Amino acid sequence: MTWWRTHGRTRALVTRYVLLLVVLAISVGPLLWQFFSSLKGPQDALYGSSATFFPANPTFAAYQTVFEQVPMGMYIRNSLIMCLLTVFSQVVFPTLAGYMLSRQGWRGRGVFYWVLIISMMFPFESIMVSLYTQITDLGLDDSFIGVWLPGAIAAVNVLITRAAFSAVPNEVEDAAMLDGAGEVRRFWKIYLPAARGAMVVVVINSFIAAWDDFLWPFIVLRSEELYTLSLGLSRLASSSLSYDPRVTMAGSIIAIVPILVLFVALQRYFFKGVESGAVK
Amino acid sequence: MATDVYAGTLAAGEPAAKVTRPSRTRSRRPRPTSGAALYRPWWTPWLWVAPAIIVIGVFGVFPFLNTIVLSFTDARPLGGGGDWVGLDNYSRMVADPAFWLAVRNSVLYAVVAVPLLVVLPLMLAQLVYKKVPAIGFFRTAFYAPVVASMVAVALVWQNLVSENGPVNTALMQVGIIHSPIPFLSDTTLLLLTAVALTVWKGLGWYMIFYLSALASVPKDLYEAASLDGAGTFRQFVHVTVPGVRLTMLLVGIMSGIGSLRVFTEIYILGGATGGVGGQARTLPFYIRDVALDPISGNVGYGAAISVALFVLTIGLAVASHKLGSKEED
Repeated sequence: MTWWRTHGRTRALVTRYVLLLVVLAISVGPLLWQFFSSLKGPQDALYGSSATFFPANPTFAAYQTVFEQVPMGMYIRNSLIMCLLTVFSQVVFPTLAGYMLSRQGWRGRGVFYWVLIISMMFPFESIMVSLYTQITDLGLDDSFIGVWLPGAIAAVNVLITRAAFSAVPNEVEDAAMLDGAGEVRRFWKIYLPAARGAMVVVVINSFIAAWDDFLWPFIVLRSEELYTLSLGLSRLASSSLSYDPRVTMAGSIIAIVPILVLFVALQRYFFKGVESGAVK
Repeated sequence: MATDVYAGTLAAGEPAAKVTRPSRTRSRRPRPTSGAALYRPWWTPWLWVAPAIIVIGVFGVFPFLNTIVLSFTDARPLGGGGDWVGLDNYSRMVADPAFWLAVRNSVLYAVVAVPLLVVLPLMLAQLVYKKVPAIGFFRTAFYAPVVASMVAVALVWQNLVSENGPVNTALMQVGIIHSPIPFLSDTTLLLLTAVALTVWKGLGWYMIFYLSALASVPKDLYEAASLDGAGTFRQFVHVTVPGVRLTMLLVGIMSGIGSLRVFTEIYILGGATGGVGGQARTLPFYIRDVALDPISGNVGYGAAISVALFVLTIGLAVASHKLGSKEED
């Protein structure tokens, strides 16, 4: 005990790691529990006092069943299409707009800026009724385009890229001009590389958002062959298809794993982008 | 509710609130600070911003005006209706018990979730701020619930708190309770479980905001406080909290708005009806039920409730701002 009292720094460090492990159990524990439960065979108890954390007889049977019972591959494909559409439009157009917004000396810049700010005041849920009538009027209900279009370009991404472009000193632009580089060339060669960190943040955020989105596709899509993974999962869970909970568990793990892998692969850039002020 | 495809809206999931205004937007003749602007035709910038301004104008700004107009009509989904009915929708709303129940549920949600989401992520950020070995692993792991899809993690939680799920089993084994807690069938417990899910999934997201705020708290303040004999807790209260007050305000506003937007948590945990008899429906849930059913939907009435949701959102933002600026004095 005297050792414990005299070694203040070690004690602080030990306390810190104990707390870190506790939070780790809270944040990742439920996901791991779901994962290991999805690997349990019919003879392993899922619930109750006899249930163990790790499966005694691990099997991928539930994963096979979920692909047999619902068109999992189709859901995944649909989700990927939505993600690619969204990431493409969220990277290309806000970057172009953010670049121009960071350039001074053109008329209408202030107006554009205020349109962005005002559009961020309205929570999606308070305008979704109007959005639905708009999409229906355009004949886009029950289609990928109808899901994608209203959220194709986000004001916040224009502001994120604008901040990154603004960090480039004007002298660099002037020097490039003297060398005869045109607007497009300057944008491509000087500004775009400078905004790489911000663009990674935009890519991750919009991919996760499109993968995760539930309410809007749920409103727009009615045909099952257009269902995204979120919609398919909720249908699987609410229907009597999955009498065995392991099957729903397997389905939810399938929805979580790809996005986690993507995030872990890019997290270095993500946290760097966050630290450089892309998210503030 | 970490992120959402509608990143254009002021959601919990967005780093939207802190932006600097471009200088000189108001001057009648913008004076370029860089030579480039002198050689740019007036229409070039508009070409670059055209896609953004069209999509954001049509699907970000116009819908709000349209919602207000629709709220005075009897429009139906898939066209039809659309006649002016004056304030009918609003008088119906004020007399609608289901509407007030949804308001109560949404406000309750915010009242419970916001304090937790303001304080817990700050403590978490404090915990992971110092770069001890393996801290990158912990930061990434704490962020995992943020990136996992809401439907999937709601299904995880549904299993965890089900009648014979691990939470009830563990509590019964320890002997705290003798019969399972009806987390999902009792309306209040269902709402609180959904709040817990929102908080659990939001911890990592708001932690990021506090992490960048903590960097700006002067280190010597901690040293001074510790010389004065202040322990960890008092350092937290007297140094950390004042240092990140503005971020706390921002997180408060964002998590409050996020709470008013909750739909998926209730839909998955409570089922398609929104709890037993729709008793746990939040405002977005009720708007969807009222307006967006292709056959029985009532767009006009749904639009009126949408306006109420908007007013509530703005009210919450203004109130927290007032509260925040009062503390400044």
